[in-house]
Amino acid sequence: MSLTVLRLNTPDTDRVIAGIEAEVARAPKLFSGLPVLIDLNRHRVDIAQVADIARNQGLVPVAVVDADDDSAASARACGLGVLQQAALDSQASRPRSDERPAARIVDQPVRSGQQLYARGTDLIIRAPVSAGAEVLADGSIHIYGPLRGRALAGCRGDETARIFCQSLEAELVAVAGNYLVADDIASEHRSQPSMVRLVDETLTIENL
Amino acid sequence: MAKIIVVTSGKGGVGKTTTSASFATGLAQAGHKTVVIDFDVGLRNLDLIMGVERRVVFDFINVIAQEATLKQALIRDKRVENLYILAASQTRDKDALTEAGVARVIDELSKDFDYIVCDSPAGIEKGALLAMHFADEALVVTNPEVSSVRDSDRVLGILSSKTQRAKTGESVKEHLVITRYDANRVARGEMLSVEDVKDILAIPLLGVIPESRDVLNASNQGAPVISMPEVQAAEAYKDLVARFLGEERTHRFLDPSSKGFLNRLFGG
Repeated sequence: MSLTVLRLNTPDTDRVIAGIEAEVARAPKLFSGLPVLIDLNRHRVDIAQVADIARNQGLVPVAVVDADDDSAASARACGLGVLQQAALDSQASRPRSDERPAARIVDQPVRSGQQLYARGTDLIIRAPVSAGAEVLADGSIHIYGPLRGRALAGCRGDETARIFCQSLEAELVAVAGNYLVADDIASEHRSQPSMVRLVDETLTIENL
Repeated sequence: MAKIIVVTSGKGGVGKTTTSASFATGLAQAGHKTVVIDFDVGLRNLDLIMGVERRVVFDFINVIAQEATLKQALIRDKRVENLYILAASQTRDKDALTEAGVARVIDELSKDFDYIVCDSPAGIEKGALLAMHFADEALVVTNPEVSSVRDSDRVLGILSSKTQRAKTGESVKEHLVITRYDANRVARGEMLSVEDVKDILAIPLLGVIPESRDVLNASNQGAPVISMPEVQAAEAYKDLVARFLGEERTHRFLDPSSKGFLNRLFGG
């Protein structure tokens, strides 16, 4: 199982809290119930307060990493585990794909204003994705229907993730943070069955 | 138990109230005891279109606040048997609508009526959410233009996630109603076609109401357009009601009129 790491770049507790709130507000569903490690990065912050805010935002703080002795003590006091930096390194170096959960399959249309996220896996949609809708997956996204909204595959950096759809009419497509907006999508791919993937770090569209 | 139907759209001015009035009238004419409720608190219109504005004593909000009984607030239509109207309040604001209050009123109406038609306000705020909350079925009213279709799509998303049925794992049965359809403008590529709208919204089509000046005339006269004789929009609404009640009818008024110069001259 992979864990998301919340790495602090400042010892300023207020800025950390503001940062968490802003990030979660961007995509509440993406973060809801997500277990996180808090990487203190040797900073000293009010851990109890940060953990509380994270919980209020729907995250599930599990443990702190890279804490000095005082911070470790206060982390334990508010029920968090304390991990060594090494634990994190072995985490990061392990390929994630071995233990992917089953793909998330959706049979209903994804409507304007809806956001759908397949955490740690592929997303398969057997209906249209409307303009104004957003579908996200840590793995690949397959759409058996037109893609008219936004699709973001490889949300946690998987560069091998791809997007497939029966008719590419998207507002935006992205793989591992590389994106193309509608204006960038060449007309020969418009409304065509298409595949979007990263080739040499360039987002590429191919007709199927 | 009554069947509860919400008439909704997202966008304003597309014909929700016109559709609610004609749909409810059509159901009543078919012999079903029907009540139509105006959920647009503060901007009430349904009573005007139904021609009962001079007979409103108590309204929906009065009933919710238990200042009046349902019996006092229900207005019986003088032209059509089996048809009742529950007007919105013009003076209160939307906060007067509460989920518990709406639930109680709908519950009480369910005992007496076959159909409860909820005329939703525009937008996706409290009034609109409560209008759809208890719905079994929904008429999603759309004009054949991009922004209206987009808003209807948003409303369909809310119908499938925020209503009581969605919360209990059932689904609200969705029907597409396209209003203000102008086949000539579609032919010229100025409007989305029926097929375009069906393709984007991906729900079954219940009816297409042609653009017609008779609709405005009907509103001004305080009569639902469905009750006007020899009017295309009225015929289209009658078809819509019949289809809703299970009859198979082909869609009419979808082809551009081939009125040439001579035809127009001789009124053909």
